[in-house]
Formats: sequence, structure tokens, C-alpha cells
Amino acid sequence: MSTIATDAPVALGQAAPTPRQRIKVGRILAHLALLLFVALWTFPTVGLLVSSVRDRDQLAISGWWTSLAPSVRLSAARIGPASGQTQEDGKYVVKGNLFGADARGLSIEGFGATNADVRAHPAGSTIDDFNGGSLTVQSTGDYTLSSPTQLAYSGQPRVYFGVGSPPRFTFENYRDVLAAEGIGQSFINSLTVAIPATVIPIMIAAFAAYALAWMRFPGRGFVVALVVGLLVVPLQMSLIPLLFLYNQIAHFFGGEAKGYVGVWLAHTAFGLPLAIYLLRNYMAGLPREIMESARVDGASHFKTFTSMVLPLSFPALASFAIFQFLWIWNDLLVALVFLGAQNDRVVLTGRLVNLLGTRGDHWELLTAGAFVSIVVPLTVFFALQRYFVRGLLAGSVK
Amino acid sequence: MFQQILAAVIAVAIALAACFAYFWGTNWVLDRLLMARPGMSDAALTRRDTLRSQVRPWLFIGPALLFLVVYLVYPVFETLRLSLYDKFGTRFVGLDNYVWALTDDTFWRSALNNVGWLLIVPAFSTAFGLIIATLADRLWWGNIAKSLIFAPMAISFVGASIIWKFIYTYKGPGLEQIGVLNAIVTALGFPPQAWITVPYLNSFLLMIILIWIQTGFAMVILSAALRGIPEETLEAARIDGASEFRQFFDIMIPQIWGTIVVVWTTITITVLKVFDIVYAMTNGEFQTQVLANLMYRWMFISGDYGRGSTIAVIIMLAVLPVMVWNIRRVRAEVGTA
Repeated sequence: MSTIATDAPVALGQAAPTPRQRIKVGRILAHLALLLFVALWTFPTVGLLVSSVRDRDQLAISGWWTSLAPSVRLSAARIGPASGQTQEDGKYVVKGNLFGADARGLSIEGFGATNADVRAHPAGSTIDDFNGGSLTVQSTGDYTLSSPTQLAYSGQPRVYFGVGSPPRFTFENYRDVLAAEGIGQSFINSLTVAIPATVIPIMIAAFAAYALAWMRFPGRGFVVALVVGLLVVPLQMSLIPLLFLYNQIAHFFGGEAKGYVGVWLAHTAFGLPLAIYLLRNYMAGLPREIMESARVDGASHFKTFTSMVLPLSFPALASFAIFQFLWIWNDLLVALVFLGAQNDRVVLTGRLVNLLGTRGDHWELLTAGAFVSIVVPLTVFFALQRYFVRGLLAGSVK
Repeated sequence: MFQQILAAVIAVAIALAACFAYFWGTNWVLDRLLMARPGMSDAALTRRDTLRSQVRPWLFIGPALLFLVVYLVYPVFETLRLSLYDKFGTRFVGLDNYVWALTDDTFWRSALNNVGWLLIVPAFSTAFGLIIATLADRLWWGNIAKSLIFAPMAISFVGASIIWKFIYTYKGPGLEQIGVLNAIVTALGFPPQAWITVPYLNSFLLMIILIWIQTGFAMVILSAALRGIPEETLEAARIDGASEFRQFFDIMIPQIWGTIVVVWTTITITVLKVFDIVYAMTNGEFQTQVLANLMYRWMFISGDYGRGSTIAVIIMLAVLPVMVWNIRRVRAEVGTA
């Protein structure tokens, strides 16, 4: 009985939408919702990119979303004196150009007689009662003040107007920020930190991962647990002791505590837990028969590893390399602590933070600088997304 | 300038050569030392074989272990020790630093802010990630959408901070607003605000940056989990006439619950360590301080190693439950052998 009762409304199908209609509305809503998410997630970056190529003066006074429209600036100019009037077709006229001699692609958006109604009258229209005449201003800046009777105003009355300048895009911001603000040097510094610190841990981790995946020995479980535990240890725990250690070493050998070697080693160590974890999971998943056939052929562990396991693990190695590179490129804390913030060696992220402090209002510099710093990771990301996603999946779900 | 890059490349070559030399060399030495010699008894041979197979793993693991111990294990204990010492790390002061932390207003402000971050960022990132993953898997352009939403993952926290600071930027009333947020606010007829300086709201604005970055992460992981749901269970629900919402909440969510927890905890760990965003946006001003940034201040601005270490230990304590849980999970999987 109860099943019949619950089926009844569907069977009757009164005003309820048919499943097909419901699915259609649902589909459209799904499209719209996803579109909204995509917009929210991409517009911030698009805004940065657009702003970085805008003319600095336009960027300072108008939002990036208006960058294709002419930007409007308020201005004022005086018209010629009454003594300069001439007679044309029986009318008294004063003519001239509000921009003076140099109009350079500027255009008048609107004009008015007082400061308050600067844009009350669009270009090409006429103010009927302007100092005893009627004033027409064209968008080119040409104005005509005419009257059937002789004009008799004193001095040179002001006209207020909005000037639109055409949208201007430029790479000047990039030139400024790369050279004068030192982003170029920092770009090189970031590369100098990232290349060795990406490559060095791979080999060290690969050997350890192989041992943890394919060798049986007492203490193996403990080492795996240690690696997993260290995955989440906050970097903050390491900074002070390592700084002490570096200072002592520098003191002992008479070198400098802060330098590239120190950063390379620190990044290597901080990347190792993830590297070992990722690679071990991957290698443990390789078919057992391959290992066994290699052993039967008399290959040593060393030989099996270098000639078979390492090439087969390429996807996992690539995943980790991408992770490590992005992490180092984007890192601020480790570089700040172990390399310092001096101008000649500060990395991109550090330089950008400095810029935020000293050039906080210069959005043309900040946006261009930020784009220089994100273009590398974004390129890596879009080119190698497949490996990145694979690594992410292997690293967190297991 | 490019000499520097060259030096880096040479460093890579040297490091790789050294690694290879170590691994190859130690293996060779091991095989040589414990080689089977003519005239050895069977028992002696077996003993040598076992010894070899017990030493070799440690040769493979050695360098990695050395790095881990020097850079991560030893510092954990050293930081613990330093947290019981004074400013310079020379005089034992017992729990004084902890007492200081628990009675310090800035510390509590930071800790409370951290709690706010911990509650809000993982919740929103995971929820948005789940919604987007569900939507994208049904639409033909879903993969493009996912790729675009995932992209902020690749951007540095500092880069993202600049992107969002530009959105929050403020110009005086009457001027045209160049920040999107103030442009929207003034278009709706409200006065513009210097958002970054408005306490409590500003912390939320900083959290948005991390949500913007982490949603892509949650989305990718959850999307993979959703695809792993057996088609039959959904089919069965559909035949029973379950609505899309019922399918989502009653069938899909329970099946990926484990993954949701993993995503949530992973983002939680990221949140605990967040430093760059606060450092770049406000440097802890306007009541936005968080523990990681506070630690940096005490350590590098004030040069107080005791208090800096204490704050680090407190961050570590917050991470500890996740760490223990992770280890137990992996131990169950790998076994203890």
C-alpha cells in the first residue's frame, strides 16, 4: 500500500515539472554557477595582468575594467578675450581651441560653465547663455562663442571640461620594474636558488625511497613513520636551531652564514619528506615480477635501481620536481631567513614584499612585478598540469 | 648576472656527481668487504649475506636520513630546549616563556585569529572545491573550468597577496576607485573603505586569499574521489527516484567522506603555517596577527630566541594530532616490519 501511495503524485503528474524540464533548468543553473566560480577565480589575475600593461597615469585614476574606455580627467581652460571677436554671417564670434596648440589625440567628453557641472553638456552641444553668447564645444576642443549682438564680457572666462585620453597600453612598467626596481636581478636570484634545490633532493630521495619500498630490514617501519611524521612539521620549528648551526659553521670556517649553499641544503632537506613519501608510494606500486626477474638475473640492488626502477619512476620524479620547483619559487620564509633581504641576493617574493612597503601606491610597478613572478609558475603549471595533479593525488590520498 | 645561473648549474653537476659517487662507491666497498671468499664455510657465507642485506638499506637511506635528522629532527628538540631558555638561549628560565605567552594580549589575539583561520579557510575551501568538482564533472567544459580554478595553486602567497591587495585598494571619497571592492561598494551608494585597516573584517579579507588558492587543491582531490564512486550506487539511487540533491548528500558525500577529511586536514596544516600572506598584506598590523608571523617577529625583529621558540612549539603542538593520525594511518598500511 505504502509504495502505491508514494508513487501516486508522480503518476498523476499534475502541475509538477516533467523530469526533462527539471533537468534543463538544473543544467542551465549548473552552467551559470560554474561560470560564476570561474569568473571569481580568474578575474583577480586578469585584473593584475591588464593593469600591468596600462599607462601609469590612467591606472592611477581609473579601474582596470574601464581600461578599454577613454579615461576622463577634469580640466579647465580660458576662452579668448572679447576683443578678439570677429564677424561671421552677421554674428559676432570668438573661436579657438580649448587644448591650445597641442591636442595630441585628447578629446572633450563634456563641458560646462562652472566647476560643478563640468560634464553637463556633451561635446558638440551648446550652452545658450554663456557670457552673453552661446558656446559650442566640439570633441576636438574647438569652441565657438557666438552672439547676434556684440560680445562684451571682460577678461577671459573659464570653461570646465572633462578630457578623455585614449586607452594606452605599454610595456614601460615592465621595463621600469625589471631594471630600476631590481626585479630582473631577483628573477635571476630566484632561479639560482630554485635550480639546485629542485634537482639535488631527487636523487637522494630516490635511493631512500627504493630502500623503503623494496628492501626488508629492521627499522624500515620506523623510518617510514618518521618520514610521514616530518611531512607536517612546521618549518618554524627548524629556523632558529638551523640559524644557530649556520652561524657556528660560518664562525668556524670564517665564511658567511647566509648564502646560496645554505638555502640549497635547507630546501633540499625540507623537500625530502614529501619526495621520499611520493617516490616510495610510487615505487612500491611497481610490479613485483620486474624486481624478481632482475634479481634472478643476478642484478644487484644498485643495478636494479639505476637501470630499471629509476627510469620507470619518471612520472613520480617529474611530479615531485614540479612540486619542489613551485614551492621554492614561491617560498618567502626560507629565503628570507637563510639568504637575507639584501638587494643583490633577495629572491622575487622578498623583493615584491619590499616593493609593497616602499612603493605601495605604485600599482603599475606592483602589478608588473607580481606578474613577472607568477608567469614562471603559471607556465610550468599549465604545461605540466598532468604530472602536478598526479603528484597531488599521490601525496595526499593514500 | 648570468654567472650566477652558471654557478647554480655547476653546483647541480657537482652535487649529482657527489651523490652518484657516494651511492656507487659505498655499494662497491660493501660488496668488496663482504665478498664470498674461497674456502669459507656455508655458515660464514650466510652470515655475510645477511650482514650485507642489512647494511645496504642504510647506505641507500643514509644521506636522506642525515638531512632529515640535521634539518628537521634535531631542530625540533633544540627548539623545545630553547623555549625553556631566555632571550639569548643561554639561561634556563623554566616555563617563563609559556607563562608570558599565555598572559600576552598580542599572543592571544594571534591565537584567536589562527583559530578563525582554522575554522574558516578549510571549511570554505573544501566546500567550494566540492561544489566546483561536482558541477564541473557534469558539464562539457568542466575540465577547462577546473584548470582555471586550479591555477592560483601555482601562484605564490606573495603574488596572490598583491593581486588581492589591488582588489582591496582604497582611494579617498570622491575619487574614482581603482580597487574592485571599493568600486562595487561605491556603485551601490556606500562610502569607500580602507578595508585592510578595519579590524576583524580585514582578517576575513586575508583569509579569502588563502581560500582562493586552496579551493583548487580541494577541487582536484575531491574530483578524483567523486570519479571513484561506483556508478552502480548512483544508478540505483536514480532508479529509486532520488533527486540530484539527495544523490549528492546521501550517496556521494558518505562515499568520499574519507577524502574530505584528508583534504580538510591538509588545508588545516597549510593554514597553521601561513606566514607570507599576513606578512605581505599587513605585517600583523590592524589586529590581523597570526602565530607564524608573530613567531617571525619575535625571532628576527626582536631577536628573542626563547619567545620565538615558544611560539614555534605552540604551532607544533597544534599540528601534533594530525601528525599522529597520519603516522597511525601509514603504519596500518605499511606494517611495522
